[in-house]
Amino acid sequence: MMQMAFSLNGRRVDGEFDPAQRLLDFLRIERGLTGTKEGCGEGECGACAVLIDGTLVNSCLVLLGQVQGRVLLSIEGIATDDPLLESFASSGATQCGICTPGMVIAARALLDRIPDPTLDQVREALAGNLCRCTGYTRIYDAVLNASAMALPAAAPPVGAGGSA
Amino acid sequence: MDGSGKVLGASVRRKDALEKVTGAVRYVDDIVYPGAWHGGTVRTHAPGGVVEQIEFDPSIDWSQYVVVTAADVPGDNLIRLIDPDQPALVDRVFRHAAEPVVLLAHADRLALARGLAGVRLVEAANPHPVFDIDPALEAVHPICPANVYRDYRMVKGDPAAGEADAEVLFEGRFETGAQEHVYIEPQGMIAHVDADGVLVIEGSMQCPFYVLDTLLGLTARSSDRLRIVHRTTGGGFGGKEEYPSHIAAHAALLTLKAGGRPVRLIYDRAEDMLATPKRHPSRSIVRLGAKRDGTLTLIDFDFAIDGGAYATLSPVVLSRGLIHAPGPYRCEHVRVRGRAVATNHPPNGAFRGFGAPQAIFAMEVALDGLAGDLGIPPLELRRRNMLCPGDVSAPGQRMDASMDFHRVLDEALERSDYLRRREDFSRWNIDNQSVKKGIGLATFYHGAGFTGGGEVYLASRAAVRANALGQVEILASSSEMGQGSSTTLCQIVAQALELPIERVTQAAVDTHAVLNSGPTVASRTCMVVGRILEDAARELRARLVSAAGLPDNGYSAQAFTDACARYTAAHGELRVESRYEPPPDVNWDDKTFRGSPYASYAWACYIAEVEIDLRTWEVNLTDFTAVQEIGKVVNPVIAAGQVEGGVVQALGYALMEKVVWGEGGAMANNRFTNYIIPTSADTPPIRVFFQEQPGGSGPAGAKGLGELPMDGPAPAIVNAINFALGTDIHAIPVLPEDVMLALEAVGTSGIQGARGRQGATR
Repeated sequence: MMQMAFSLNGRRVDGEFDPAQRLLDFLRIERGLTGTKEGCGEGECGACAVLIDGTLVNSCLVLLGQVQGRVLLSIEGIATDDPLLESFASSGATQCGICTPGMVIAARALLDRIPDPTLDQVREALAGNLCRCTGYTRIYDAVLNASAMALPAAAPPVGAGGSA
Repeated sequence: MDGSGKVLGASVRRKDALEKVTGAVRYVDDIVYPGAWHGGTVRTHAPGGVVEQIEFDPSIDWSQYVVVTAADVPGDNLIRLIDPDQPALVDRVFRHAAEPVVLLAHADRLALARGLAGVRLVEAANPHPVFDIDPALEAVHPICPANVYRDYRMVKGDPAAGEADAEVLFEGRFETGAQEHVYIEPQGMIAHVDADGVLVIEGSMQCPFYVLDTLLGLTARSSDRLRIVHRTTGGGFGGKEEYPSHIAAHAALLTLKAGGRPVRLIYDRAEDMLATPKRHPSRSIVRLGAKRDGTLTLIDFDFAIDGGAYATLSPVVLSRGLIHAPGPYRCEHVRVRGRAVATNHPPNGAFRGFGAPQAIFAMEVALDGLAGDLGIPPLELRRRNMLCPGDVSAPGQRMDASMDFHRVLDEALERSDYLRRREDFSRWNIDNQSVKKGIGLATFYHGAGFTGGGEVYLASRAAVRANALGQVEILASSSEMGQGSSTTLCQIVAQALELPIERVTQAAVDTHAVLNSGPTVASRTCMVVGRILEDAARELRARLVSAAGLPDNGYSAQAFTDACARYTAAHGELRVESRYEPPPDVNWDDKTFRGSPYASYAWACYIAEVEIDLRTWEVNLTDFTAVQEIGKVVNPVIAAGQVEGGVVQALGYALMEKVVWGEGGAMANNRFTNYIIPTSADTPPIRVFFQEQPGGSGPAGAKGLGELPMDGPAPAIVNAINFALGTDIHAIPVLPEDVMLALEAVGTSGIQGARGRQGATR
């Protein structure tokens, strides 16, 4: 066990924890934060994505001991008025939903870095998150729409792959 | 009432959108039972054989574990499906690697892992395993009689006459590989016995009543002491049609032996990919005869699928593939033979398209081959032979006046600018020796619902009920797995009741609470179950009109509520049940494969553009146009999402996803690191367009959609590659090494010929 302190979704966490457990298991089992999903357990699918100090990581590949003194954000810590939530919901960007929290986290990391991304930047930023339902098209739309919602002066968003 | 006139056909937001986006919704692995134990499975390694002994590591204290073997099955050791050949747990004799033999449970996950490593199966391996279709057909050491689960034939006209009439005869052999579903949520179940003694099994699944059927026999319990509960399911694509019955059976056996304590049996990705079914590999030998002008005189198709070591769903996968094999073309003389073949792979099973993508791949690529031999552009060959109203399809179904396949083709050509792009690419390919460009198309149809009399056999039922507050609930077993059915079914009912969508919900799918509306498969939910629910909703409305003073039409939501309050006060619960009514014109003989196999067809033309880098042999899909006629679009955003997702899944099928079999015949690359599916970086613009023609047998004329987009992309992509390179690629997946070999086979003439042979006359 290890005495640890870090920030999780805006709140300070202090205590004795097993530093050798996966961050994913800590979030899901110890904290009950089940919005972070396990899709593969080897860092390929992004369903377990979280932010550590604003950097996008797969929590299945991080040991809890590595987050000492860091700032963690999981899907549960996304602001309820984050335009990504409304935008994902209204754009048809979620189907089965299992990849969606990780996608939202990856999109948040992108928009924090580039508030007004191009389609190619969106495609690249999400390339570590697998989705088997949507074909990604509407996820691009959701991210671009959220970007526009957060930037009211910006030009209207352009859909990524229009449909009739 | 205001606005409700557009509920059906509107892009109303998914009912589950917000809870999914915020991560609040709970999938099976997110459900917490305090004190639950963790379950795991010990599996065979050999490709069939005999388990002679089970050795337990003596250094482990086994009294701390729950241990289950075949001897613990209280009822029938059988997974019920079509043929009674597959045990829930191996009892000595087995047929494939990764077959379950021993189940363990322990309170601690690490201790479980130690236990799983401490069980050793002494296997006497089958010395003559067979892993491929053609050697299996030789049946030297058969797994089942002749190594064939089913051998079907469909004949129209006189194939010998069709061959005699042919001025050009094309023959080709086509192969498609296995494909893993890769739902992002691995499979899993939790079982426990509740305070009333009811065995409850909940988890990720498409077909709760299939699970119930197996569990009834396995546990020898009655259905009132057995309850199957569908939990939010993170993708299915057919992969959660039959296998959840195994996991539920195993979880049930563990909890029963553990005194009813909750047991979690959640697969990790590697176990999921190792053990669960794949899309059937196939091989087709296609012979096409035509007049010089392109008129088809013969379609002769020998279709075989690799069913793996037990029959599971192969008989019905085969029949759908066989029926779709000759495609939507006019031809007087057709012969299709289809066989579902036994091998020592783990059983292959249901996967979006269900046999049709394999057959359609072969037919559509063969048509481009025939076009090349005729010196006719592939487009013209299709135009000449596409089904029109009044024509009779290969099984014998007369096309009615509502269909307009040519309109679908014409829109696809226009949206993709096909003719101009084809010419541009031909010129490009002459001038460029490092990157080649191609465009290809596929024209196809997909019949929705169970084949032939299947829907009559299912006799699905569903109900709609309204409470005194005017809130309406759907009671059906149709299961949301991402496709949006819990929203579209509500739209259908809201439309029938002239209510806003917020008034209608689907009850949680639970075999103790809902009716059996059949499995959630076969593109049938919106069309077949939607129609049953529409009937029920109309009857419910009629009762409110006749017994509670609801105006005939033009009422407000408040007036509906008031009528519900009056009705329930006077008569009690307002609940209307309805059942499937077969359309009058569906006649089908499943012995001769003659008649009308499906009530409705969706029609499509898909066009793919590719670029091939001749330094790396990599194929990139650069543009995709998908035009389809689906009767009525119930929800445009959900419908387009089905097509976009299906196209990308099929892009993986065509260009990336290769199942590598290990020595024992189970998947060797059973992880995301080396089984590669498309990412956002691989996915081009996908442009989706719908047409609506009257006549679909679903609500407001809707037809099935979900599987259609799996059918067309692979042949369109391969036709584009062959156009670009002048190659004869007849197999998928097409990996860079396959492009290299195909180019070597045609020599440099293929590349320098530049336009592809079919381009010659255009």
